[in-house]
Amino acid sequence: MRVYIDGIGLLAPGLPSWRAARPVLAGETPYAPGEMPRPAAELLPAAERRRCGDLVKLALHVGAEALAPDGARAAGLATVFTCATGNGEVLHQICETLAGSARDVSPTRFHNSVHNAAAGYWSIATGARAASTSLCADRGSFAAGLVEAAVQASAEDRPVLLVAYDLPPPAPLAAVVPCAAPCGLALLLAPVRGAASLAAVDLELAREGGETTLADPALERLRTGNAAARGLPLLAGLAAGRAGRAATLEWLPDLWLAASATPFGAA
Amino acid sequence: MTPLIVTRYTGINCLGRGVDAWWEGLRERRSGLARCDFEDAVLDTFIGRVDGVEEATLPEPVAAFDCRNNRLAWLGLEADGFRAAVLAARERHGARRVAVIMGTSTSGVLATERAYQRRDPGSGALPADYRFAETQSTYSLAAFVRAALGLAGPAHVVSTACSSSAKVFASAARMIETGLADAAVVGGADSLCLTTLYGFRSLELLSGAPCRPYDAERNGISIGEGAGFALLERSGPGPLLVGVGESCDAYHMSTPHPEGLGARLAMERALAAGGLAPEAVGYVNLHGTATRTNDVAEGRAVRDVFGPRTPCSATKGAHGHLLGAAGITEAIVALAALERGFLPGSANTRALDVEIACRVLVEGEEAAPRHVLSNSFGFGGNNCSVIFGRARS
Repeated sequence: MRVYIDGIGLLAPGLPSWRAARPVLAGETPYAPGEMPRPAAELLPAAERRRCGDLVKLALHVGAEALAPDGARAAGLATVFTCATGNGEVLHQICETLAGSARDVSPTRFHNSVHNAAAGYWSIATGARAASTSLCADRGSFAAGLVEAAVQASAEDRPVLLVAYDLPPPAPLAAVVPCAAPCGLALLLAPVRGAASLAAVDLELAREGGETTLADPALERLRTGNAAARGLPLLAGLAAGRAGRAATLEWLPDLWLAASATPFGAA
Repeated sequence: MTPLIVTRYTGINCLGRGVDAWWEGLRERRSGLARCDFEDAVLDTFIGRVDGVEEATLPEPVAAFDCRNNRLAWLGLEADGFRAAVLAARERHGARRVAVIMGTSTSGVLATERAYQRRDPGSGALPADYRFAETQSTYSLAAFVRAALGLAGPAHVVSTACSSSAKVFASAARMIETGLADAAVVGGADSLCLTTLYGFRSLELLSGAPCRPYDAERNGISIGEGAGFALLERSGPGPLLVGVGESCDAYHMSTPHPEGLGARLAMERALAAGGLAPEAVGYVNLHGTATRTNDVAEGRAVRDVFGPRTPCSATKGAHGHLLGAAGITEAIVALAALERGFLPGSANTRALDVEIACRVLVEGEEAAPRHVLSNSFGFGGNNCSVIFGRARS
């Protein structure tokens, strides 16, 4: 199955945007981790931005970056959101409240606890009435989301925005939830090549593993520490500007996704 | 879309285990709701609780997945020969060619709630027996079902609140259409927990009595639990999956668009996907949560799309609002209506709200619809409508 990447959004420690990350992922400049910049989520009105929490802001930030500068396209776009570990902050707050005596769960916190909260805020902020889904496949969440988005783009013959995002939860969940680092990664996928297309991506299911790793140890720790960051090898292949270099992404213990990117000109 | 065959379907909820048990309750317009007696919840509300979950055990190979949500799934899989049907499909297609797409909103959150009640008094750590991936993780349900059925195809969980286990039909259909799978097990499960009970209470959406969808005096939902499953294949005997429509309201996180704009789009898109005129649909299973806002908005949208005569009913008074499992549950109710030639009424509904202009059946009636449609609308304004048609003769 072939789809085209028309836009990329990225936010992670030391990777403040796709433009800034490209030379790092290409191996041209060294990776310097540091803190992840705070997500902007400017497309949300101020009141919603205050209420929605960091996880939603991360998703909206990278989604908006993938569409920039033509953000108005969002109103007509189908979306696929994918998140492995959910909103740990909200889960923690709700469970702490329920373990207490008053059990006065906040209504805003409750509607923010749904897995599709980011998708909901996105559609409200952008006016998008097209289909939207929110997925989970544990560490395969990026692969599953990429396939769902590509399948939708092909089957419905329309562009689809993929947004992958995960944040480490607070204690005590931090010790038991497999998310050690923050990262958001968005791809605008199209069924046909357009003037602005950055690359073609060929996707194929694979039954043999050997997932693609990243050369830099700190980048590799990011990749294994966050489900959205498991898409980084696909971006690295793109960044290096080399055609046909396949990234093997883990989906399930017995299923991988081979994703081969063919960049067009300067990515 | 190219129609797919629903070659088997089943589920479990407070009406019983297996479709015959549900149908008995639906034909008699019986309600399976009872006063809330769940855990130590102190709430003035009614729930659709499944008996026997506390005693259920998972077989050893999948015992690590033990939590209320996966127990409900296991009990559901064992009904109506569903598991055997999947194993036969696995033989026909190969394990790698059967996808698993599940929907849930609660997943195993009850396990996390209980873990928080047992934190180490010194360190605050969660108990050592808490297993995030197998219980709380949104993916847990699909991992469990995939392992329980010995399947090896693509899999994920859709979690879009109350539309989750309706959208699974669309996701699976596209996957089969694109050739990534030849068959799919779709469905969902949601379980009683304190999060949804106290959460909906905080939104003032819980009724203090068994819910009365589309009733003039309706005043909120009754939460239920359960699981449902359907096996989708390209060929074989069974009713057809004909079209799925999806949309967003782009309005509010927990209140529907007042004119049901997103609901209308979902129904129109489902009709378009199936190449059907509205007149082709002979029954609509309404989302019908019995909130003041859902029923009026949905009713407006249904009237806009289907007019004032297409028979509709809301069955949440019978089985409750299964949230993440509502989509699959009501798809199965619609399938049963299609196959059994009877449109269930709306349990607990007494006097219809005169403001609502679509035709809601209070009592059930005999009918032979050619197509049936089921609506499911969730938080975040996420909407899905699914259309089924008669088996090919």
